[in-house]
Amino acid sequence: MAKGFAPLLYFFLIFFPLIVFSAPAGAQPSLPSGLGEESSSPDVPSGLGGPEEEKTGPSLPEGLGTGDETQEETKEREEKEGAWLGGLEDLPFQFGGFWEVRGGARTGNDPYERDVSLAETRLHLEIQKYWSSSSLDLAADFLYDPVLAEHDVDLEEGEGLFDLRQFRYNFSPVGFMDVRAGRQILTWGTGDLLFLNDLFPKDWRSFFSGRDVDYLKAPSDAVKVSVFGSNLGLPVSLDLVYTPRFDPDRFIDGRRTSYWNPLLGRRAGRHDILETETPDDWFTDDELALRLYRSVMGYELALYYYRGFWKSPAGIIPDSGLFTHPELAVYGASAEGNVGPGIGNIEFAFYESREDMSGSDPFVDNSQVRFLMGYEQEAARNFTVAGQYYLEYLLDYDEYRDNLPAGQRKRDEDRHVLTVRLTKTLLMQNLELSLFAFYSPSDRDAYLRPRISYDIDDHWRVEGGGNIFLADEKHTFFGQFEKNTNFYAGLRYSF
Amino acid sequence: MSKSLKQTLLVIAPLTLLCVWAVFSPRTLGAEEEAPGVAEIVDRTNQVAYYQGKDGKAEVFMTIVDSQNRERNRRFTILRRDEGPPEEKADKYGEDEYRGDQKFYIYFHRPSDVEDMVYLVWKHHEFGEDDDRWLYLPDLDLVKRIAASDKRTSFVGSHFFYEDVSGRNPDNDEHELVETTGNYYVLKNTPKRPDMVEFKYYKMWIHKDSFVPVQISYYNDRDQEYRKYTVQNVEKIDGYLTITKAKMEDLQSGGHTMLSYDRVKYDRDLPVDIFDNYQRYLRNPPMQYIK
Repeated sequence: MAKGFAPLLYFFLIFFPLIVFSAPAGAQPSLPSGLGEESSSPDVPSGLGGPEEEKTGPSLPEGLGTGDETQEETKEREEKEGAWLGGLEDLPFQFGGFWEVRGGARTGNDPYERDVSLAETRLHLEIQKYWSSSSLDLAADFLYDPVLAEHDVDLEEGEGLFDLRQFRYNFSPVGFMDVRAGRQILTWGTGDLLFLNDLFPKDWRSFFSGRDVDYLKAPSDAVKVSVFGSNLGLPVSLDLVYTPRFDPDRFIDGRRTSYWNPLLGRRAGRHDILETETPDDWFTDDELALRLYRSVMGYELALYYYRGFWKSPAGIIPDSGLFTHPELAVYGASAEGNVGPGIGNIEFAFYESREDMSGSDPFVDNSQVRFLMGYEQEAARNFTVAGQYYLEYLLDYDEYRDNLPAGQRKRDEDRHVLTVRLTKTLLMQNLELSLFAFYSPSDRDAYLRPRISYDIDDHWRVEGGGNIFLADEKHTFFGQFEKNTNFYAGLRYSF
Repeated sequence: MSKSLKQTLLVIAPLTLLCVWAVFSPRTLGAEEEAPGVAEIVDRTNQVAYYQGKDGKAEVFMTIVDSQNRERNRRFTILRRDEGPPEEKADKYGEDEYRGDQKFYIYFHRPSDVEDMVYLVWKHHEFGEDDDRWLYLPDLDLVKRIAASDKRTSFVGSHFFYEDVSGRNPDNDEHELVETTGNYYVLKNTPKRPDMVEFKYYKMWIHKDSFVPVQISYYNDRDQEYRKYTVQNVEKIDGYLTITKAKMEDLQSGGHTMLSYDRVKYDRDLPVDIFDNYQRYLRNPPMQYIK
């Protein structure tokens, strides 16, 4: 047999069956309208032989089922992946974060604040280290914002050049228990930007000034113990959070956002900062939060308990005139689950103001009942609609009214709030348009949060939005912030 | 014998043999009797595509290319666990063939702004029953239940829909074997509820030997193919034939998404607790199974 002939034969043996049996025109351009004919059959992918290919040799071993071309593609992709991850995968821990610039300006003339509401540069770094049965999370922010011109580090206030968001150690001392100790972000409850049983600290200064909504949650210095019923054969699970020293909200105090000061009887700002006395003795001014939960027929049911202090100032010390955080206990419950085509939730909380049980002390807020119901549904493709109704009912209203000091603005017995959230994503989910609106028919005020964000690529995101306050009166919950209406823009690089 | 004649004969002889074999091979002869029914093709295809092994793990690398050739990447780990058949169905399906409820735990590695995000799905097999979905947002420590009933929306901004990743229940469609080629059974699938989907019908080219759905084409009301899924690579892993590379094309806009599955493993005895005790495992990802 002539030399060089065998390859030719071999070629025919392999390819003739493919020509005969596989679709002739997989490479043919897409057909015009009409049902596909035989000619539209696809090529057999690598790894799958045509029927006759099996006859020509044994099946290939694992991992070698690909042709040269595919292997090259795989290699190319892996190289690309390696380059894209920037070598961060080789570190002995996970590392990531973002760098961001964010600026905002007030649109109204606020006599008590600067026109610039925000002008910050932020570097956020995260490190995670996993061991076999424990892990460590560290998240820290370096930020520079000339608006406040306060650069001293204060880890409680979260202002200054450095803020520690997270520094916690996670471990499981026994199989049914997880423990998280250290600085951490904590969340529970069913409300959307309305909080009843979630008494973990909030950062309202960040929220109203146009920072990312993630920053609404301020860190707690706490220990969280979770006991999982399913690992014990019990129907309920328990979360316990112990905070050895009270962590208040980062509440509106006038430095960045003007507010209604009841002592002055007017709006006030950076020249009239709300002076507070915060309970701060370790292990005596402590907080305890409990959640008992279980799932029943797909509905998540929970009971809550909290013992601590009003998270934002809710009292005045008559002698000093300082605002303070009186003692508070909260008892609550919630349920969440599928309702029709969407998700429904309902939540209840009884706020027991421990230093004014009768409601007659004019210097301490009365007890309250808070109620929430909400519903969320995907209304159309890539368009979600959600609504909530919230009620804050002041108990012992007669005592409150009878003991209110002369000249003080009186609040209503009921505060009703309706919220709407609309979210639309476009351009392959890279563009997101959203609006969150609070409206209180009883206070006759509103707060609108429009936002637009666009992911330029895997790293860069640009966004803009507003915090719009509408008011009839100067002292209502959202109305007091009317002059703070602001618009902001930000650019973030994630890595 | 001249050299050229010898060569010609040498070419013709094996070809002739081949043709004879092709015509008389048991496969061809028995084709009429052996051809499985439509229901079996559908079942076995669904199994190959979505139900290999009782559980599985894969690292997924996704490259999304939009119509202007801009590229975005996603990387995540999928853990999958099949629920055992309910008692009333245990007789109908053998243990190996059950194609019912499944749970997916999806942990995101990249892009970095979604790192540590977890997406949990309880896929329900019952016709018309919505899946349960949760999202864990680590920066807020928030376990969020998701109201998303439309399974034909983009999965993480790609050209794949949720339903392409987790599997469309075959009971949602009427199936018809429209053609049998050398390599393929060609099925035409028409939705029972056309109002729920964006296609008029879709066709599947199912590899006869392996039941791998090599190509799926979606057609609009004008019978135009506007969306196409193609399998690019298949490997045998832990004894299971596995699609390790696939492409979804948007034929109207011109964009496409490549999906590749790396480090695929089956039958790892993934604890059911990871999927059911979500308050625990969304917050504390089971890294020993994810890595």
